[in-house]
Amino acid sequence: MSVTVKNNSITPVLEEPPLITGNQTFASITEKISSITETKPGKGWALGFSIAAFLALILFGSIGFLFWEGVGIWGLNNPVSWGWAIVNFVFWVGIGHAGTLISAILFIFRQRWRTSINRFAEAMTIFAVICALIFPGIHVGRVWVAYFMFPIPNQMEMWPNFRSPLLWDVFAVGTYFSVSLMFWYTGLIPDLATLRDRAKSMLRKRVFGILSLGWRGGNKQWKHYELAYLLLAGLSTPLVLSVHSVVSTDFATSVIPGWHTTIFPPYFVAGAIFSGFAMVLTLAIIARKIFGLEHIITINHFEKMNKIMLLTGMMVGYAYGMEFFIAWYSGNDYETFTFLNRAFGPYAWAYWTMITCNVFIPQLFWFKKIRRSIPAMFVITIFINIGMWFERFVIVVSSLSRDFLPSSWDYYAPTIFDISLLVGSFGLFFTLFLLFIRYLPMIAMSEVKGVMPQADPHYYEKHD
Amino acid sequence: MSNERIEGILAEFKNPAELLKAAEKMRDAGYKDYDCHSPFPIHGMDKAMGEKRSILGWMVGPVAFVMVIFGFLFEGWTSTIAYPLVISGKPLFSYQAYGAVAFAIMVLTSALTALVGMLALNKLPRFHHPVFYSDRFAKVSDDGFFVSVEAGDKQFDREKTKAFLESIGGTHIEELIAND
Repeated sequence: MSVTVKNNSITPVLEEPPLITGNQTFASITEKISSITETKPGKGWALGFSIAAFLALILFGSIGFLFWEGVGIWGLNNPVSWGWAIVNFVFWVGIGHAGTLISAILFIFRQRWRTSINRFAEAMTIFAVICALIFPGIHVGRVWVAYFMFPIPNQMEMWPNFRSPLLWDVFAVGTYFSVSLMFWYTGLIPDLATLRDRAKSMLRKRVFGILSLGWRGGNKQWKHYELAYLLLAGLSTPLVLSVHSVVSTDFATSVIPGWHTTIFPPYFVAGAIFSGFAMVLTLAIIARKIFGLEHIITINHFEKMNKIMLLTGMMVGYAYGMEFFIAWYSGNDYETFTFLNRAFGPYAWAYWTMITCNVFIPQLFWFKKIRRSIPAMFVITIFINIGMWFERFVIVVSSLSRDFLPSSWDYYAPTIFDISLLVGSFGLFFTLFLLFIRYLPMIAMSEVKGVMPQADPHYYEKHD
Repeated sequence: MSNERIEGILAEFKNPAELLKAAEKMRDAGYKDYDCHSPFPIHGMDKAMGEKRSILGWMVGPVAFVMVIFGFLFEGWTSTIAYPLVISGKPLFSYQAYGAVAFAIMVLTSALTALVGMLALNKLPRFHHPVFYSDRFAKVSDDGFFVSVEAGDKQFDREKTKAFLESIGGTHIEELIAND
């Protein structure tokens, strides 16, 4: 007889609280999540969708006018040649990073709590990157020659300049979007099969039948599927770190004081994860409440996310401090001036908004009560979303508006079209997101089932 | 009907543990053309079924290796031979600048290989399969655990296989009959 260790005899302190609460069964998970996509949504959804779609139309209208009239409709001026469009681009790319971190890095680290939020966060990544890609696309001015950015053989025998960080961006963000989409779809296949098998109407049967590609859930399929998932996670992991690093080189490889620093890549990555988690949490709190997913997305999930925000928020705070230190320590007059100008110049209001939202307010997460209070964390995540937009505004605009020559200094102010594009991009984001939660399973059912205690064959040895 | 023919047998099991035990017995009985269907991957099932590790890694790895070199050389070729352009006095072959794009090309092509390779190894998309003749099989993506044996298997015998599946704990044993 071999030695048996009773699980109950181990100190309960080491035991993790259950990931899914409320005595769920496999069937109850399927029912809970699939039924959201099968029933008519409430009036709240319709109202939200109408508003979001209206704002998205404003985005498309503004883009149309931009193409007609040119980038002169924005508030750009002589020193500030990158305005809100680039701010929005960096903001939206950053938002996406939390999704990839949750789906890829937490998967590699076997953080099983991720299963409740990963689908959701990956969808957010894809929609955020769509919003992000619009901005540099329309910022080029002559959109009809935007294909110059891609290495397409052409009659001019012209090739892109691979030494330019702006071109690195095209590849980094383009790859990021494509890989995120493939990863998301791979994860969706078993759940699309669930919707296919539950479908009542012919249309749903056809659509989900085609999308699920005839998935049968056989172990001979799972074997390849799981390895593909692992490989995609492994390939996405460096993307979390590389994409925003490449975005930061748009700035860091230039000679503008305030941009030309080596801290930018890690600083941008930390900021991206920080802002992305804030956005995931904002959306998850609302969706959880509306669709009654309290047992699947538990307060423990939120607390873990809050801890990640506390950590990355402090990394960002450290980067703000270190930028100042290096500006002084380098003895470079231009650098020193730029940073003093940020904190006390004409954009001081933006700088202190950023510091307050990103550095001071997240410190509240040191308190367990606040980490576990939904209203408190909801408000804090909104502040972080605002703060992180302002961070990009401070970096882009305050550095450009006062560079080497005082005679070229100018103050940048947005026009109505800058505002309409930003607001419109939120409209597009929420339109896509609302469509997603209406028509696709917003929680990865097969993955959640896989982390339930009943999924482990050993579970039945003890309980039978 | 004259065209009626049996394409396989399907048996249902109660839970992941029973499915795992059934898989071991199927393996020991010498079945090859069978599969264990579940709503999620079950830990230890590959071993129970006697399945080898997926070869997908051997498809993605070489693609990654070749494409990162291709990306690097392609960038070098465009900027030195195809379209040499001096910008801020930088050397034409600035290999330091090629890393980001070569990396992106590698990741993009490898991810594509992982997805397409997985589908190819699983022979998907395949919309028509004997297991779909069964109505009960719809449970597989909810909370059903099934073993399917295909008629092409060497061990397959309409009555013996059914009896065997029953003896290892299978319920709702069903013949998968094609009607065409």
